[in-house]
Amino acid sequence: MNHDYQYTPKNGFSKWLDKRLPLMRFADENLLSFPTPKNLNYFYTFGFILTMCLVTQIITGIVLAMHYVPNTSLAFDSIEHIMRDVNYGWLIRYTHSNGASMFFLAVFIHMFRGLYYGSYKEPREIIWILGVVIFLLMIITGFMGYVLPWGQMSFWGATVITNLVATIPVVGEPVLTLLLGGYSVDNPTLNRFFSLHYLLPFVIFGVVILHIWALHVTGNNNPTGIEVKDSKDTISFHPYYTVKDLFAYVVFLIMFCYFIFYNPNILGHPDNYIEADPMLTPAHIVPEWYLLPFYAILRAVPDKLMGVLLMFGSIIVLFFLPWLDTMKVKSARYRPLYKIFFLLFVIFCLLLGYLGAKPPEGIYLFLSRVSTIYYFAFFLVIMPILSRIEKPSPMPIGISNPAINNEVFDSGGGTTGTPSYAMDSK
Amino acid sequence: MTDTNDNNDPSRRDFLYITTAVFGATGAASVAWPLIDQLNPSASVSALSSIEADISSIPEGGSLKVAWRGKPIFIRRRTKEEIEMAEKEDSVDLPHPEKDLDRVKNKEWLVVVGVCTHLGCIPIADSGDFGGWFCPCHGSHYDISGRIRKGPAPTNLEIPPYEFVNENIIKIG
Amino acid sequence: MNIFKNIIKNNFFILFVIISVFNTDVDAAEGIALKNLKPGFSFEGPFGKFDKDSLKRGYQVYSEVCSSCHGMKQLSFRNLSQPGGPEFSVEKVKALASGYSIVDGTDEYGDPIERSMLLSDYFPKPFGSKDEAKAANNGAYPPDLSLIVKARVDGYNYLYSLLKGYEEEMPDDLDIGDLSYNPWYPGGAIAMYQPLYDESIEYEDGTPATIDQMSYDVTNFLAWAAEPTMEERKRLGFVVIGFLVVFLILMYLSVNRLFRDVH
Repeated sequence: MNHDYQYTPKNGFSKWLDKRLPLMRFADENLLSFPTPKNLNYFYTFGFILTMCLVTQIITGIVLAMHYVPNTSLAFDSIEHIMRDVNYGWLIRYTHSNGASMFFLAVFIHMFRGLYYGSYKEPREIIWILGVVIFLLMIITGFMGYVLPWGQMSFWGATVITNLVATIPVVGEPVLTLLLGGYSVDNPTLNRFFSLHYLLPFVIFGVVILHIWALHVTGNNNPTGIEVKDSKDTISFHPYYTVKDLFAYVVFLIMFCYFIFYNPNILGHPDNYIEADPMLTPAHIVPEWYLLPFYAILRAVPDKLMGVLLMFGSIIVLFFLPWLDTMKVKSARYRPLYKIFFLLFVIFCLLLGYLGAKPPEGIYLFLSRVSTIYYFAFFLVIMPILSRIEKPSPMPIGISNPAINNEVFDSGGGTTGTPSYAMDSK
Repeated sequence: MTDTNDNNDPSRRDFLYITTAVFGATGAASVAWPLIDQLNPSASVSALSSIEADISSIPEGGSLKVAWRGKPIFIRRRTKEEIEMAEKEDSVDLPHPEKDLDRVKNKEWLVVVGVCTHLGCIPIADSGDFGGWFCPCHGSHYDISGRIRKGPAPTNLEIPPYEFVNENIIKIG
Repeated sequence: MNIFKNIIKNNFFILFVIISVFNTDVDAAEGIALKNLKPGFSFEGPFGKFDKDSLKRGYQVYSEVCSSCHGMKQLSFRNLSQPGGPEFSVEKVKALASGYSIVDGTDEYGDPIERSMLLSDYFPKPFGSKDEAKAANNGAYPPDLSLIVKARVDGYNYLYSLLKGYEEEMPDDLDIGDLSYNPWYPGGAIAMYQPLYDESIEYEDGTPATIDQMSYDVTNFLAWAAEPTMEERKRLGFVVIGFLVVFLILMYLSVNRLFRDVH
């Protein structure tokens, strides 16, 4: 990170404020003049896109909460009231429901970016871990939010997933009763889900602050995976990346608006337009699309408890990434073997998503099992092995310097001197 | 490899950025409108913003109380004596001078918002010293035209917007 | 051009994948999975609008045929005159509403007061409770129709096909007891008896009331009922996306200009 630049307050007011609460300094150092690698591509714009998604969900959510009623006899009707009677209610509701999908789409791309460029590696482990925390919070928030309309899928999805808690030995049943506030998903459940759904996004916001803070301590990674050496490698965040982020966000918005205005229900399930009926189970219970991969993993295993453990395990394993993949070369750009396995990983993730909506039988079940095995193998087997045996392809000396680095790659543990690409920038 | 023409021409460069910024600001501002308008009464609330009251069964000297926009409306069918008294008292020194004729569309019918103009309590009919209403909270007296005569209330009882749809129905609001 | 390729490629490829996956997902019934008839409705597509005359006729079909068993509790009489719908005149809707009565409050003896319905009232319920509805219909609950078009995959085409589906010949070897044969209903056996016959009703505007015409009109009406704000949504969408496209071009030029001197 480059500390050559220093913020200096220009006028009287700025000087006065700077001595008491350095807001302008903070804004300048973190948003305006923050030295950022000059070679970031569009995959790096998703952080900003995600922040906008969070803000959008919070604003539309707070507005919806002015009209929504979290009571089982009124919830469904209150949402129809929003759609039909509240001025622009349909717009705010569709923005919120499709916004959740956009939020997850963006977070998946953001995470895949991290996996590809090695953004989780030393010294950025904490950024990654905080990110996985955010991801977990998003899943919980989204799950609870989907229950609120009190449609058939809301109710039965909640029933299926909360019942998984009961599979925990010994404490499962009492914990489930505690969670539900009753003996099945009912009004107490709905009420507390509403409260927590309102709360968690602000917790997410706090973790996002930590996430960005941690990022600013180490500085951004970049597509080469080679750390920034000096100011020749960086440009100021503003105006280059503020404008580039905004451009990417507008592209994203156009896609978002397509869904809101021209196909607002395609990412949802028609059954959720039927009021919840505890006495009638829908033919196929499916979660929202962004939870389908996890649903597929859950149902890949015949044993209920194992399924639950693997489903949660698929996210828990992400926490350990920095210690599973320890190869010093960060970016997949220069890791020909890793690239192939990564591509396979993406394909299997998409496949898991597809399979999550299919009944767990026959070819679908078989493919779910294969995909689940690959998912865990990628992290637990392939990454550690590659860390030890992979030879990188020829790498440049630095971000600004395209000359090829001829140094011998030091494959883990050696003390033959630190290769340039592993040097921490100061 | 820089294009010297464009980079050395500040007006062209600035124009693009300024146009973009203005566009962006307009977009951001127009996002605000739906978020504000949703606070306004929804269609279901607006549908109840006017009500129709059937006055055909009110006897002379009798009254009807209906709810309009959350407030009580007194509809009073006045007797001949009451109308005479109301008109006679036009010339009395009133705290809030108003002619009775200016307060009614049809002399036989008085339509007022039944909320005391002092601090909002609901006055009691057929009580008080002036043949009209009396507010028990702080002692305001209203006459048979709904005018304040004695007490802390500053203005006469409010006349809501209303009209006679026909001789049996009044539409309020 | 690199700028465009990356971002557009990623977003729209994923968008395409998602839409393809969802659009090919047809809920196949056990055994019978007829493809829905697609007569083409005027509200389809990004510039779609409702055919107001068809909506008016559709309301007539609903109120004269369907409403004896199916409620539409999300709809209020005032919706019938608001823009974007059948757009009956306010007087006509008031007249329609006053034909129904509703209990509103109690008198001084505690007895219920009945009055005729107003614009602000919701469509009358055919039954007092779900159980009463089931009892009157052989144990099958006639679903509320307010959202039926959104509550079924390919809703409006499915509904149209279903309403016409009674005309299909039942295969000889099929035993469905008391139920009616309809190949579009999942499983082929539906509890609702055929609701529409030629000239079941007489359209006010004189259009011949064939089964096909009534199916089409009532489907139109139900599509509107499920989403009365659709026209406004598509109109606003055009404005918003149009704005964003222009803004996108401006942003693209700005990014290009900015990054020209970065290497």
